[in-house]
Amino acid sequence: MTTILSDLGEFSVTAQTAAQTGDGLWLSSDEAATATGWALQPEGLCRGDVCVPIPSGRETEFVANDTVNLAAFWDHMDKPAAHSSDGDIWALGEGANERADSLRSLQAPDFTLPDLDGKPHSLSDYRGKKVLLATWASW
Amino acid sequence: MWQKLQDDLKDQNFIVIAVAMDSRPDAARPWIEAAAPSYPALIDRDHRVAELYNMVNVPQAVWIDEEGRIVRPAENAGAFEAFRSLNFETMTVPEDKMATAANAKTTYVDAVRDWGMSGTDSVHAFDPGQARDHTAPPSAGMAQAHCHFRLGQYLLRQDRAEEGGEQLAEASRLHPTSWNIWRQAAEVNEMGLAAGPEFWARVNALGDDFYYPPVDMAGMPD
Repeated sequence: MTTILSDLGEFSVTAQTAAQTGDGLWLSSDEAATATGWALQPEGLCRGDVCVPIPSGRETEFVANDTVNLAAFWDHMDKPAAHSSDGDIWALGEGANERADSLRSLQAPDFTLPDLDGKPHSLSDYRGKKVLLATWASW
Repeated sequence: MWQKLQDDLKDQNFIVIAVAMDSRPDAARPWIEAAAPSYPALIDRDHRVAELYNMVNVPQAVWIDEEGRIVRPAENAGAFEAFRSLNFETMTVPEDKMATAANAKTTYVDAVRDWGMSGTDSVHAFDPGQARDHTAPPSAGMAQAHCHFRLGQYLLRQDRAEEGGEQLAEASRLHPTSWNIWRQAAEVNEMGLAAGPEFWARVNALGDDFYYPPVDMAGMPD
Protein backbone atom coordinates (compact mmCIF):
# COMPACT_ATOMS: atom_id res chain seq x y z
CA MET A 1 0.00 0.00 0.00
CA THR A 2 0.97 3.58 -0.60
CA THR A 3 -0.06 6.50 1.57
CA ILE A 4 -0.95 9.86 0.06
CA LEU A 5 -1.06 12.96 2.26
CA SER A 6 -3.06 15.69 0.55
CA ASP A 7 -5.10 18.73 1.55
CA LEU A 8 -8.08 16.33 1.75
CA GLY A 9 -6.43 14.08 4.33
CA GLU A 10 -4.50 10.80 4.53
CA PHE A 11 -5.33 8.03 2.04
CA SER A 12 -4.17 4.45 1.49
CA VAL A 13 -4.05 3.63 -2.21
CA THR A 14 -2.74 0.91 -4.47
CA ALA A 15 -0.01 2.50 -6.51
CA GLN A 16 3.13 1.85 -8.44
CA THR A 17 5.79 4.16 -7.17
CA ALA A 18 9.42 5.09 -7.48
CA ALA A 19 10.61 1.62 -6.55
CA GLN A 20 8.96 0.07 -9.59
CA THR A 21 8.83 2.84 -12.15
CA GLY A 22 11.67 5.23 -11.53
CA ASP A 23 10.17 8.40 -10.15
CA GLY A 24 6.43 8.24 -10.68
CA LEU A 25 3.30 7.79 -8.61
CA TRP A 26 0.92 5.76 -10.77
CA LEU A 27 -2.54 4.89 -9.51
CA SER A 28 -6.03 4.37 -10.84
CA SER A 29 -7.79 7.56 -11.83
CA ASP A 30 -10.55 6.75 -9.32
CA GLU A 31 -8.15 6.46 -6.42
CA ALA A 32 -6.31 9.58 -7.55
CA ALA A 33 -9.60 11.51 -7.52
CA THR A 34 -10.46 10.26 -4.03
CA ALA A 35 -7.05 11.09 -2.58
CA THR A 36 -6.53 14.48 -4.21
CA GLY A 37 -9.83 15.69 -5.70
CA TRP A 38 -8.17 15.73 -9.15
CA ALA A 39 -10.19 13.57 -11.57
CA LEU A 40 -9.27 12.39 -15.06
CA GLN A 41 -11.64 13.98 -17.61
CA PRO A 42 -11.54 14.33 -21.39
CA GLU A 43 -10.16 17.87 -20.84
CA GLY A 44 -7.30 16.66 -18.65
CA LEU A 45 -7.01 16.42 -14.88
CA CYS A 46 -9.77 18.47 -13.25
CA ARG A 47 -10.70 19.61 -9.75
CA GLY A 48 -13.82 21.71 -9.46
CA ASP A 49 -13.82 24.24 -12.28
CA VAL A 50 -10.10 23.93 -12.91
CA CYS A 51 -8.77 21.63 -15.64
CA VAL A 52 -5.12 21.05 -16.44
CA PRO A 53 -4.67 19.66 -19.97
CA ILE A 54 -2.20 16.86 -20.55
CA PRO A 55 0.73 18.30 -22.53
CA SER A 56 0.41 17.03 -26.09
CA GLY A 57 3.08 14.63 -27.22
CA ARG A 58 3.85 13.70 -23.60
CA GLU A 59 0.65 11.77 -22.83
CA THR A 60 2.45 8.58 -21.82
CA GLU A 61 4.23 10.43 -19.00
CA PHE A 62 0.86 11.29 -17.45
CA VAL A 63 -1.78 8.71 -18.36
CA ALA A 64 -1.79 5.00 -19.20
CA ASN A 65 -4.73 2.56 -19.19
CA ASP A 66 -6.89 4.61 -16.84
CA THR A 67 -4.04 5.14 -14.44
CA VAL A 68 -2.51 8.55 -13.86
CA ASN A 69 0.94 9.63 -12.76
CA LEU A 70 0.22 12.07 -9.94
CA ALA A 71 3.90 12.85 -9.44
CA ALA A 72 4.18 14.03 -13.04
CA PHE A 73 0.96 16.02 -12.76
CA TRP A 74 2.09 17.63 -9.52
CA ASP A 75 5.37 18.66 -11.10
CA HIS A 76 3.56 19.92 -14.20
CA MET A 77 1.20 21.99 -12.01
CA ASP A 78 4.16 23.46 -10.13
CA LYS A 79 2.96 22.09 -6.83
CA PRO A 80 5.34 20.76 -4.18
CA ALA A 81 5.65 17.04 -3.48
CA ALA A 82 7.89 14.93 -1.27
CA HIS A 83 8.11 11.18 -0.80
CA SER A 84 9.74 8.69 1.54
CA SER A 85 12.85 6.88 0.37
CA ASP A 86 10.80 3.72 -0.31
CA GLY A 87 8.21 5.73 -2.21
CA ASP A 88 5.49 4.34 0.06
CA ILE A 89 4.45 7.74 1.47
CA TRP A 90 3.84 10.84 -0.63
CA ALA A 91 3.01 14.33 0.57
CA LEU A 92 1.29 16.31 -2.19
CA GLY A 93 1.15 19.99 -1.27
CA GLU A 94 -0.42 23.15 -2.60
CA GLY A 95 1.58 25.57 -4.70
CA ALA A 96 2.98 28.84 -3.39
CA ASN A 97 1.05 30.79 -6.05
CA GLU A 98 -2.30 29.32 -5.00
CA ARG A 99 -1.47 30.07 -1.38
CA ALA A 100 -0.50 33.65 -2.24
CA ASP A 101 -3.71 34.17 -4.25
CA SER A 102 -5.72 32.69 -1.40
CA LEU A 103 -4.13 34.98 1.21
CA ARG A 104 -4.50 38.08 -0.98
CA SER A 105 -8.21 37.29 -1.45
CA LEU A 106 -8.43 37.82 2.34
CA GLN A 107 -10.78 34.84 2.64
CA ALA A 108 -9.41 33.00 5.67
CA PRO A 109 -8.37 29.48 4.59
CA ASP A 110 -10.44 26.84 6.36
CA PHE A 111 -8.90 23.99 8.35
CA THR A 112 -10.03 21.22 10.66
CA LEU A 113 -8.00 20.24 13.73
CA PRO A 114 -8.71 18.16 16.84
CA ASP A 115 -8.83 19.34 20.43
CA LEU A 116 -7.25 17.27 23.24
CA ASP A 117 -10.24 14.91 23.23
CA GLY A 118 -9.86 14.32 19.51
CA LYS A 119 -12.99 16.27 18.68
CA PRO A 120 -12.58 18.03 15.32
CA HIS A 121 -13.12 21.78 15.02
CA SER A 122 -13.21 23.71 11.75
CA LEU A 123 -12.62 27.41 11.45
CA SER A 124 -15.82 27.57 9.40
CA ASP A 125 -17.79 26.25 12.42
CA TYR A 126 -17.25 29.69 13.93
CA ARG A 127 -18.48 31.74 10.97
CA GLY A 128 -20.59 34.60 12.29
CA LYS A 129 -18.14 35.36 15.10
CA LYS A 130 -15.01 37.46 15.19
CA VAL A 131 -12.13 35.00 15.56
CA LEU A 132 -8.72 35.53 17.08
CA LEU A 133 -6.73 32.65 15.58
CA ALA A 134 -3.74 32.46 17.91
CA THR A 135 -0.82 30.01 17.79
CA TRP A 136 1.46 28.84 20.56
CA ALA A 137 3.64 25.80 21.29
CA SER A 138 4.92 23.85 24.28
CA TRP A 139 8.53 23.82 23.05
CA MET B 1 -3.14 33.48 28.09
CA TRP B 2 -6.40 34.43 26.32
CA GLN B 3 -9.05 33.38 28.84
CA LYS B 4 -9.51 36.82 30.41
CA LEU B 5 -9.93 38.36 26.97
CA GLN B 6 -12.44 35.66 26.04
CA ASP B 7 -14.36 36.37 29.28
CA ASP B 8 -14.33 40.11 28.62
CA LEU B 9 -15.70 39.59 25.11
CA LYS B 10 -18.06 36.70 25.70
CA ASP B 11 -21.11 38.80 24.74
CA GLN B 12 -19.43 40.37 21.71
CA ASN B 13 -19.71 37.54 19.20
CA PHE B 14 -16.02 36.88 19.63
CA ILE B 15 -14.03 33.70 20.09
CA VAL B 16 -10.40 32.76 20.51
CA ILE B 17 -9.21 29.68 18.64
CA ALA B 18 -5.88 28.62 20.13
CA VAL B 19 -3.70 26.34 18.01
CA ALA B 20 -0.74 24.47 19.50
CA MET B 21 2.05 23.80 16.99
CA ASP B 22 2.95 20.54 18.67
CA SER B 23 3.78 17.19 17.13
CA ARG B 24 2.96 15.51 20.45
CA PRO B 25 -0.47 16.37 21.88
CA ASP B 26 0.73 15.23 25.32
CA ALA B 27 3.31 17.99 25.30
CA ALA B 28 0.58 20.60 24.95
CA ARG B 29 -1.83 18.91 27.35
CA PRO B 30 -0.55 20.25 30.72
CA TRP B 31 -0.68 23.84 29.50
CA ILE B 32 -4.18 23.48 28.12
CA GLU B 33 -5.46 21.70 31.23
CA ALA B 34 -3.97 24.41 33.45
CA ALA B 35 -5.55 27.15 31.36
CA ALA B 36 -8.92 25.32 31.29
CA PRO B 37 -10.02 27.49 28.38
CA SER B 38 -13.68 28.08 27.49
CA TYR B 39 -12.55 28.51 23.87
CA PRO B 40 -11.30 25.74 21.53
CA ALA B 41 -7.69 24.69 22.12
CA LEU B 42 -6.59 22.72 19.07
CA ILE B 43 -3.53 20.60 18.32
CA ASP B 44 -1.78 21.08 14.98
CA ARG B 45 0.76 18.25 14.68
CA ASP B 46 1.52 19.00 11.02
CA HIS B 47 1.65 22.80 11.44
CA ARG B 48 -1.17 23.07 8.94
CA VAL B 49 -2.24 26.50 10.18
CA ALA B 50 1.33 27.78 9.84
CA GLU B 51 1.36 26.47 6.27
CA LEU B 52 -2.02 27.99 5.36
CA TYR B 53 -1.35 31.40 6.90
CA ASN B 54 2.41 31.50 6.30
CA MET B 55 3.32 31.71 9.97
CA VAL B 56 6.93 31.28 11.07
CA ASN B 57 6.95 31.61 14.85
CA VAL B 58 4.81 31.53 17.98
CA PRO B 59 2.90 33.41 19.19
CA GLN B 60 1.42 34.64 15.95
CA ALA B 61 -2.23 35.48 15.34
CA VAL B 62 -4.74 36.36 12.63
CA TRP B 63 -7.90 38.43 13.06
CA ILE B 64 -10.87 37.04 11.12
CA ASP B 65 -14.25 38.80 10.94
CA GLU B 66 -17.79 37.43 11.04
CA GLU B 67 -17.74 36.75 7.28
CA GLY B 68 -14.50 34.78 7.42
CA ARG B 69 -12.47 37.65 6.01
CA ILE B 70 -8.93 38.33 7.23
CA VAL B 71 -8.84 41.67 9.07
CA ARG B 72 -5.22 41.42 10.21
CA PRO B 73 -3.04 38.78 8.54
CA ALA B 74 -0.54 36.62 10.44
CA GLU B 75 1.63 38.71 12.73
CA ASN B 76 3.47 38.57 16.02
CA ALA B 77 0.78 38.44 18.72
CA GLY B 78 2.36 41.08 20.95
CA ALA B 79 5.56 39.29 21.96
CA PHE B 80 8.71 41.33 22.58
CA GLU B 81 12.14 39.74 22.43
CA ALA B 82 13.24 40.63 25.96
CA PHE B 83 14.84 37.18 26.23
CA ARG B 84 17.58 38.31 23.85
CA SER B 85 18.84 40.61 26.62
CA LEU B 86 19.25 37.71 29.04
CA ASN B 87 22.39 38.01 31.15
CA PHE B 88 23.73 34.47 31.26
CA GLU B 89 25.70 35.08 34.47
CA THR B 90 22.82 36.38 36.54
CA MET B 91 20.15 34.67 34.40
CA THR B 92 18.12 37.86 34.52
CA VAL B 93 16.66 40.18 31.91
CA PRO B 94 17.04 43.96 32.46
CA GLU B 95 13.97 45.55 34.03
CA ASP B 96 13.42 48.03 31.19
CA LYS B 97 13.23 45.15 28.68
CA MET B 98 10.79 43.30 30.90
CA ALA B 99 8.67 46.46 31.13
CA THR B 100 8.70 46.85 27.36
CA ALA B 101 7.63 43.21 26.95
CA ALA B 102 4.74 43.69 29.38
CA ASN B 103 3.73 46.89 27.60
CA ALA B 104 3.79 45.20 24.16
CA LYS B 105 1.64 42.35 25.37
CA THR B 106 -0.90 44.64 27.05
CA THR B 107 -1.04 46.87 23.98
CA TYR B 108 -1.75 43.87 21.76
CA VAL B 109 -4.42 42.35 24.01
CA ASP B 110 -6.09 45.77 24.42
CA ALA B 111 -6.16 46.12 20.63
CA VAL B 112 -7.85 42.74 20.24
CA ARG B 113 -10.36 43.77 22.91
CA ASP B 114 -11.06 47.03 21.07
CA TRP B 115 -11.66 45.14 17.82
CA GLY B 116 -13.85 42.63 19.65
CA MET B 117 -16.02 45.49 20.95
CA SER B 118 -16.00 47.77 17.90
CA GLY B 119 -15.39 45.51 14.90
CA THR B 120 -14.45 47.41 11.74
CA ASP B 121 -14.75 50.71 13.64
CA SER B 122 -11.69 49.76 15.69
CA VAL B 123 -8.59 51.78 14.75
CA HIS B 124 -6.72 48.46 14.83
CA ALA B 125 -8.88 46.77 12.17
CA PHE B 126 -7.20 46.97 8.77
CA ASP B 127 -9.28 47.84 5.72
CA PRO B 128 -8.88 45.33 2.87
CA GLY B 129 -6.11 47.34 1.21
CA GLN B 130 -4.11 47.54 4.42
CA ALA B 131 -4.71 43.85 5.12
CA ARG B 132 -3.38 42.94 1.68
CA ASP B 133 -0.36 45.20 2.15
CA HIS B 134 0.47 43.37 5.36
CA THR B 135 0.08 39.92 3.78
CA ALA B 136 3.34 38.01 3.30
CA PRO B 137 2.79 35.29 0.67
CA PRO B 138 4.95 32.17 0.85
CA SER B 139 7.71 31.39 -1.63
CA ALA B 140 7.96 28.14 -3.60
CA GLY B 141 10.67 27.01 -1.19
CA MET B 142 8.38 27.55 1.80
CA ALA B 143 5.60 25.55 0.13
CA GLN B 144 8.08 22.75 -0.58
CA ALA B 145 9.32 22.93 3.01
CA HIS B 146 5.84 22.34 4.42
CA CYS B 147 5.52 19.28 2.19
CA HIS B 148 8.70 17.81 3.69
CA PHE B 149 7.55 18.79 7.17
CA ARG B 150 4.25 16.98 6.76
CA LEU B 151 5.96 13.89 5.37
CA GLY B 152 8.47 14.00 8.24
CA GLN B 153 5.74 14.21 10.88
CA TYR B 154 3.92 11.28 9.29
CA LEU B 155 7.13 9.20 9.25
CA LEU B 156 7.75 10.01 12.93
CA ARG B 157 4.26 8.77 13.79
CA GLN B 158 5.13 5.55 11.93
CA ASP B 159 8.21 5.17 14.18
CA ARG B 160 10.52 5.87 11.24
CA ALA B 161 12.47 8.35 13.33
CA GLU B 162 15.64 8.65 11.28
CA GLU B 163 13.91 9.25 7.99
CA GLY B 164 11.37 11.53 9.64
CA GLY B 165 14.16 13.59 11.16
CA GLU B 166 15.80 13.92 7.75
CA GLN B 167 12.58 15.25 6.27
CA LEU B 168 12.21 17.82 9.06
CA ALA B 169 15.82 18.89 8.53
CA GLU B 170 15.14 19.30 4.81
CA ALA B 171 12.07 21.38 5.64
CA SER B 172 14.14 23.66 7.85
CA ARG B 173 16.84 23.96 5.19
CA LEU B 174 14.25 25.04 2.61
CA HIS B 175 12.53 27.45 5.01
CA PRO B 176 15.32 28.72 7.27
CA THR B 177 13.33 31.70 8.60
CA SER B 178 10.69 29.43 10.14
CA TRP B 179 11.33 29.09 13.87
CA ASN B 180 8.28 26.82 14.04
CA ILE B 181 9.93 24.24 11.80
CA TRP B 182 13.40 24.46 13.31
CA ARG B 183 12.26 24.41 16.95
CA GLN B 184 9.74 21.61 16.42
CA ALA B 185 12.43 19.53 14.70
CA ALA B 186 14.88 20.24 17.54
CA GLU B 187 12.28 19.26 20.14
CA VAL B 188 11.63 16.00 18.31
CA ASN B 189 15.34 15.20 18.52
CA GLU B 190 15.48 15.81 22.24
CA MET B 191 13.19 17.58 24.67
CA GLY B 192 14.60 20.96 25.61
CA LEU B 193 16.76 21.22 22.50
CA ALA B 194 14.39 23.84 21.06
CA ALA B 195 15.81 26.27 23.62
CA GLY B 196 19.34 24.80 23.82
CA PRO B 197 22.74 26.12 22.69
CA GLU B 198 21.91 25.68 19.00
CA PHE B 199 18.79 27.76 19.49
CA TRP B 200 20.85 30.56 21.04
CA ALA B 201 23.38 30.33 18.22
CA ARG B 202 20.59 30.78 15.69
CA VAL B 203 19.13 33.69 17.65
CA ASN B 204 22.53 35.37 17.88
CA ALA B 205 22.99 34.86 14.14
CA LEU B 206 19.96 37.10 13.61
CA GLY B 207 22.16 40.09 14.46
CA ASP B 208 19.99 43.20 14.06
CA ASP B 209 17.06 41.22 12.64
CA PHE B 210 14.07 40.58 14.85
CA TYR B 211 13.03 37.30 16.43
CA TYR B 212 9.59 38.81 17.09
CA PRO B 213 9.09 41.48 14.41
CA PRO B 214 7.35 44.53 15.94
CA VAL B 215 3.61 44.68 15.31
CA ASP B 216 2.40 47.53 13.11
CA MET B 217 -0.13 48.76 15.65
CA ALA B 218 -0.84 52.12 17.31
CA GLY B 219 0.73 52.38 20.77
CA MET B 220 3.11 49.42 20.28
CA PRO B 221 6.55 50.10 21.85
CA ASP B 222 9.54 50.14 19.48
